[in-house]
Parts: sequence; structure tokens; C-alpha cells
Amino acid sequence: MSGPMVKAEGVHKRFGRLEVLTGVSMEVQPGEVVCMLGPSGSGKSTFLRCINHLEKIDGGRLSVDGQLVGYRQDGDKIHELRDAEVCRERAEIGMVFQRFNLFGHMTAMENVIEAPIRVKKVKKSEAARRAKELLERVGLADKLDSYPAQLSGGQQQRVAIARALAMDPKLMLFDEPTSALDPELVGDVLDVMRQLAKDGMTMIVVTHEMGFAREAADRLVMMCDGAIIEDGSPEHFFTNPENERTKQFLSKIL
Amino acid sequence: MESATATPDNASPIRPDEIKAIPVRHRGRWVAAAFILLLAAVLGNSVWTNKRFHWDIVRHYFFSSRVLHGLVVTLELTAISMAIGIVLGILLAVMRLSPNPLVSTASWIYIWLFRGTPVLVQILLWYNVAALYPRLSLGIPFGPQFVHINAATYITPFVAGMLALGLNEGAYMAEIVRAGIISVEEGQTEAAQSLGMTRLQTMRRIVLPQAMRVIVPPTGNETISMLKTTSLVSVIATTDLLYSVQLIYSVNYRTIPLLLVASIWYVIVTTVLSIGQFYLERHFGRGATRDLPATPLQRIRRNLLWFRRAAVEVPGASGEGR
Repeated sequence: MSGPMVKAEGVHKRFGRLEVLTGVSMEVQPGEVVCMLGPSGSGKSTFLRCINHLEKIDGGRLSVDGQLVGYRQDGDKIHELRDAEVCRERAEIGMVFQRFNLFGHMTAMENVIEAPIRVKKVKKSEAARRAKELLERVGLADKLDSYPAQLSGGQQQRVAIARALAMDPKLMLFDEPTSALDPELVGDVLDVMRQLAKDGMTMIVVTHEMGFAREAADRLVMMCDGAIIEDGSPEHFFTNPENERTKQFLSKIL
Repeated sequence: MESATATPDNASPIRPDEIKAIPVRHRGRWVAAAFILLLAAVLGNSVWTNKRFHWDIVRHYFFSSRVLHGLVVTLELTAISMAIGIVLGILLAVMRLSPNPLVSTASWIYIWLFRGTPVLVQILLWYNVAALYPRLSLGIPFGPQFVHINAATYITPFVAGMLALGLNEGAYMAEIVRAGIISVEEGQTEAAQSLGMTRLQTMRRIVLPQAMRVIVPPTGNETISMLKTTSLVSVIATTDLLYSVQLIYSVNYRTIPLLLVASIWYVIVTTVLSIGQFYLERHFGRGATRDLPATPLQRIRRNLLWFRRAAVEVPGASGEGR
């Protein structure tokens, strides 16, 4: 199947009375790296969380790799998916959080092998071999037996990336992966992400790192008040943005 | 400075900036310590010399088979009741946090009911349950019943005590487990879910192990409390530790020495349980702190090492520094 990896059509999301997403429509092609920009509270993170069903959408259609997220369509009827089916969908989407969310009672190694063993039923020795490989790739070969509390923020985030990659996801979501890091630790995490983008991973990255967005992204998407107001290549964004709000935002952040 | 550079080779090297200060003398502490030692001496003397304690009788009954049998019953009752309490507590806590309102309400009502009545009353109620339900049966609700048992024969005093203590404990454990579960950051659950783990896997592998850090200390407390609460079953003539010594002193009237026998055994078991709790806490503290607290053995070893080093250093320092 060579359709889009992510397809959103008029996605709506409400928290009580508050309308957070007011009709988000976009497509992400396989292998594409899309950075989402926008002021805080514009709904970027919420949209990202909708893609792997951590949040339920209230309206519109959202599909990953041709399959609706969290729902199944039979003719014109829409059924909610069972827990097990939602889990199966999520297992194919990697997510990296702003606050890392490493499992505190497990070592770096145990963090990475947990899901492959429990969810994909990979043999422990095989999972460990692969985890070692992944942790080496993110530059943490010497931290296999460290607990998260013993690692710096940047190291924790790289373990979190390795943990997500261990499930061989077809799509990676990054929710402000460097926002909680000390400035000097940001570089290591961005390097890992750049390499991942080069290797052809499909990525959606919510970020405020303009440098990364400019050089690593294929496309930038600007969100404001729960909708996408501009969508285009990095050159287009940084040289002649059309929308007034985008101009304002960029002038503040650059 | 010179003394620092002249440290003999066999002592640990002293860094040039190391502070060697004369410690502040705490006179108040010495006075308090002397006072406490004096009090302890007075108390110890009176306990030892007061003939009415009858330590010979304490010694005589301490390992008697009836007392030991009572101790075993107490331990069994504690272990079984706590096991029921913990399993029930986890179940009730998970129910309480369920999105299904009927399930969470059921859990709430259970906790409300069992925490709302004294455990002594519950023990008496279970003991008399045969008056309420002479026959207990298992089968389809409102339909045919397959197994019948006679309540009076199966609800022995021991079983009544076990049920009352265990079911009551479940209500308290539920609140402890619930506090533990909600102490685990929501991000942990989200991370587990985003990896495709099911709700059960997330609870069992991610949330509960981390909740244990919060759950274990009060559970240790509950276990120690349970050990002593089991003595309430003496009212329904279960031969636990307390009732066993009561039976003995009702015949020989040596009340105080026999109560001392029971008390000493309670203290011994409590001590053992506290040690167990320390190691359990240490086990579940993994990853929560950078360094685990030292075990008593490690602490002794470290102190010995310190003493040995001090012993080596002192003559060298005093010989050259002054």
C-alpha cells in the first residue's frame, strides 16, 4: 500500500467545553519528516496524542497507514475498537514524550526490552541483542544497566527513543522531545533524530527547535488555535510565509 | 599544611584542603544521656529484682508446647488474613479506579461497610454466621444449588477469625494500594500504552511495581498491627497466643508472668517482621533513588572500616601535627 502514512480530515477534539482541535486536515507520506510548529496551546501535542489514540477524537477522520485510529468503519457505521485492537494499532506507532516517561523501576536495558517481550512476544535473548544494538546506536552502550534516575535528561530521552524504536514502528511521534532538556543536552538528542530521519523513518515532530526544523524536516506545519494555518517546505516557511500569524510567530522565535 | 603532606604512606592520603576542625561540645546531650542511662538502670534493676515478675515462671512457660502452639496459630492467622487482605485490597483498589461506575461504587460500599464497623464486632458476627445462614450453598443464583455445606461445622472459630480479619483488612489495604497506584505518574501509563501494552500488562508490569514503593511501608505496618489484632480472636475461643496463655493462667493464676510470655513473643515476631520490611522496601526502592540504603551488615562493615582507618590515622596525626 502506497497511500499516506497519516491522513487527517477535519479532526475535532474537545476537552469539556474547550475546543482544542477545530478541524485539522493534513497528510504525511511514508518516509516524510514533518515538524509541527505553533504557539503553546495551539493543539499540536493534542493532535499528536490523537494519532496513537491516547486521546479520542470527537469528529472527523484520522487514519494511520489506511486504518482508522481507534475505530473501524463498516459501510456507514463506525465501531469503537476493542482494547486489544487499539493496542495492536499503538504497537506500530512509536512515541517520544517531553518528560521522557522512562519506566523508573527498570534499567535502560529493561526499558527497551519490555514491550518487545510482552507485546510482540519476542524471545528475551533476541530482544536483549536488539536493545543493545539500539542503545549503542543512540550512544549509550555503557549505560545498559543504569536506572533512569542515574541518567541525565538527554540520556533518558535517548533511551526513550531506543525504547520506541525497539517495536519497529512504521511511524514515530515526537512530542517536544527537547523542551525539558538543558540546552547543552539538546544536541545529542537532535543528532539521534536527524540520523533517524536520514534512515527514512516517517516522523512527526512537535518542536520549537527551528534549526532542526529547517534542516531535517521535509515539511513544516504551522498550527494555531486548533487548526493548521500554513503547510509547506522549510524554504517556503523561512523565506516567504504567507500567513500573518506565521510571520508573527517566526519573528518572535527566530 | 605540613602535617598533611607528611602523612605516612599506609594512611589514606589527606587532601590539602581537608578540614580538621575541633567538634563543638554538646554539654546538654551529655546531661540528657546520663539521665536516660540512670532511668534505664533504675527500671532494669526493679524489673530484675522485683520477685513478682516471676521470671522463673516466664522461663518455664516460654517454650511450653501450648504457648508454641498458640504462637503458630497466631502466625497462621496473621499470614492468612494478610494474604486475603492484600489480594482483596488490590482487587478493590483496581475496582475503585475503574471507569465503570457500578464497579467503583461496589468497591466504595465494601470499604465503607468494613471500615465502618469494629473488627471485634465483625469477628463475633462471623462466629455467629450460622445463626443467619445455617446452610451455605454454591450454585446458580435463584436456580439450582450444587454444593451445600453446614455453616456450623465449617465456620470454626479459626475460620471465623480468619474471615473477619482478612475481609476487614481488605478494606484498609484497598486504600493503601489505591494511594500507591495514584502516586505513579500518569506518564508511565501513557508510555506503556503507547508501546502497545494492554491495560492489564500496564498495571502489572509498570504501575504496580512502582506503586509498591508507596504500598510496602504501610503494609508492613498493617502486618505488624494484624499480628496483634489477631489476639481479638481469643473472644471466640481460638487458641491463639493470647488465648493459650489465658487458658494457662486461668488454672494457675500466674497472670503477669504468662502475659509477659505472650508479650515477649509478640515483640520477637514484630522484630522479625520489621527486618523483613526493611529488605522489602529496599528491593522495591530500585531505581527510585540513586543509591539504595545500606543494609545493617553493610553499615557495620563501613563503620569497622572507618574505625580501622581512624586507628591508623590517629597516631600519625597526633605524632606530627602537634
